[in-house]
Formats: sequence, structure tokens, C-alpha cells
Amino acid sequence: MLSELFWTFARVGLFTFGGGYAMISMIENICVERKKWITHDEMMQMTVIAESTPGPLAINCATYVGYQKGGIPGSVAATVGLVLPSFAVIYLIASVLDHYLEIPLIVSAFRGIRIGVGLLILSVGVKMLRKMQKKPLPRIIAGCAFGVMTAANFLSLRLSTIAVMLAAGLVSLAVYVCKGAPEQKGGSRK
Amino acid sequence: MIYLKLFAEFFKVSCFTFGGAYGAIPLIRDMVLRNGWIDEARLSDMIAISESTPGPIMVNLATYIGHHQGGFWGSLLATAAVVLPAYPVIILVTVILKNLIGNRYVQAVLRGLKPCVVGIVLAMGVYMAVRGCLDAAGGPDPGSLGITAALLAVMLGYRAAAKKELSPILLICISGLLGILVYGV
Repeated sequence: MLSELFWTFARVGLFTFGGGYAMISMIENICVERKKWITHDEMMQMTVIAESTPGPLAINCATYVGYQKGGIPGSVAATVGLVLPSFAVIYLIASVLDHYLEIPLIVSAFRGIRIGVGLLILSVGVKMLRKMQKKPLPRIIAGCAFGVMTAANFLSLRLSTIAVMLAAGLVSLAVYVCKGAPEQKGGSRK
Repeated sequence: MIYLKLFAEFFKVSCFTFGGAYGAIPLIRDMVLRNGWIDEARLSDMIAISESTPGPIMVNLATYIGHHQGGFWGSLLATAAVVLPAYPVIILVTVILKNLIGNRYVQAVLRGLKPCVVGIVLAMGVYMAVRGCLDAAGGPDPGSLGITAALLAVMLGYRAAAKKELSPILLICISGLLGILVYGV
């Protein structure tokens, strides 16, 4: 089981490009449909948990599936399998990158690519904004975070992004508590 | 000591990463600039390389920055630091505190964190897109403006024609080709 977990997630790590969400669909395809390790409902629930807990999404998913199938050794096998291919590839690239970045052709290409990356991140932000809940509080928080971070970026101010996130979490909690927060008691499962 | 520093810094970033890697990129940017590890241009290069190579983007960035600062052990420790928070958290949340995520106070905090990440990613996108159009002295650069306009046209045109987003890898390839065309060989 351990080696199967390892190789399965190594394959996911090797064949998915572009991070978390691409991996989720591949993990779903393999672990739910083909191997039937977990059910579709579990997978959905896991995605919600992975999104709401610290750590990169794909790694949280691998840890969860590995833990369900093989306890702590299983979660280690799955996570190491997931990480190893990208570690190896980037390690090789890192060893030669500085050398290649002196070639004029590559310098020109990367000048263009830097512009592309800026637009890529902008488009990811726009996509996230579209998916966001259309309610006043999230909008105000997103707007404030955007304003504060934009000002800090353009004025080269050192502002900790983590501090901004903590502030947003606290504001949201404070608003919830001040509203009275009655409804149901205790935790409800999502 | 650089190993300890790499580990501690990446551990911190990982603890504040909710969801996909793009939410973590502003945190990584904070970290590398504060420590003077790599500059903004090189970070952009690495984001492009991470998008075009297999694996989670955060693992790719940790491996690269770790290697850059501390060779093999640096890359290993930085990568381990990215992965490690997942263990206690996932085990705690799925086994011991099954209702924690559903807890209304935890939900209230998360409802604040998520839109905040949206605002932070948007701010970084706007900043990088504007910076991309400027030359080293801070004035507008005609070549870069041309590339930005061409890429925007391709992205919006593709979305209108194909009803889906242009894949990041394709976008990176096109922007690399435009860079060679505009800035020469």
C-alpha cells in the first residue's frame, strides 16, 4: 500500500502543471474513479478542508488521502511522492539557470515572460474576484486589502501581507460576534 | 544561519497559505525582498518556470529559492518547511477535531481571510502588470507596452472565441516569443 500511494502521487506530481487546482482533478480521477480509495463526497469534503487549512492545496489533499489509506506512514508516502518529481526537476533547473540567463535570446524571452506573468497573476485575481461571494463584507475586505496592498507596492512600503490577512480575519470575526451570532449552537459540519 | 532562516520563513508562508499557490505568491515576494534573497525580476522568472514544470508552484519556488541560498540542503529544508504544516493540521482536522472547520467562529475568520487573499492577489497582479510596462528608470517602455497590449488582446480574444481561459503555459510561451521579437536576439 505504501509504495502504491507513493507511486500514485509521484505520477500526479510529475504530470500536473500549474499547481493546486489542476492536481485536484487528477487526484479525483485516480483516487476516486480508478482506485476507489475515497468516495466522491469525501473528495469534495476534503477539497473544502484543504482550502480552509494552512498549506498548499495539493499537499493537503495528498496528506489526507495518504492518511486515510495508510495512517501516518501513508500520508508521508503520498506527500513525498507528490513533492519529489518537482523537487528533482527544479533542482536540476536551478543548477543551470543562472548560466542560461546570460544568453541574449533567453534574456529577451524572459523580458517578455515577466510581462506575461504579471498579466497571468492579474487574471487569476480577476477569476478569484468573480468566484467571491457577492456580499457587502467580503467586498469591503477585498477592496480594503487591494487598496492597502496597492499603495504599499507602488510606494515601496514594507507591509507584511500576513499582518493584512490577520487583520481581515479579525475584522470578520469581530463583525460576526458584534452581530450577535445567534442561529445554531456548536459547530455544524459543512 | 541560512538553513534555519529558510526553514522558518517558508514554514511561516505555508502556515498562511489557504487554497492555491497564487495566494502564497505575495507572501513569498514579501519574504524574498525582505531578506534580499532574489529580486523581483528573478521571482517573475521563477513563477513562469514553476508554471511550466510539473508540481505544486510553492514546492517549485521553495526548491529554487532554497537552492539559490543554501545549495542542496537549503532546497531540501525549504521544501520540507512548505510540506510540514499539512501534517499536524490535516490529522488534527480530519481525526481529532472533525467539527473544527464547521465551527462558526472559525468560519467567520475564514470568511474574512478569503476575500482578503483575493484583494492581495489582485493588488499584486495590478502592480506587476503596470511595472511590466515601465523601463528600468520608471518611464513607459514602448516595447513592453506593445507586448502587454498584444498579450491582453490574445487573452481576451481567446476567451471570447474558445469560452475558456488561455492556459498559463501557452501564455508564457507566447510572451516569450513576443519578448524575442521585440527585444531581439
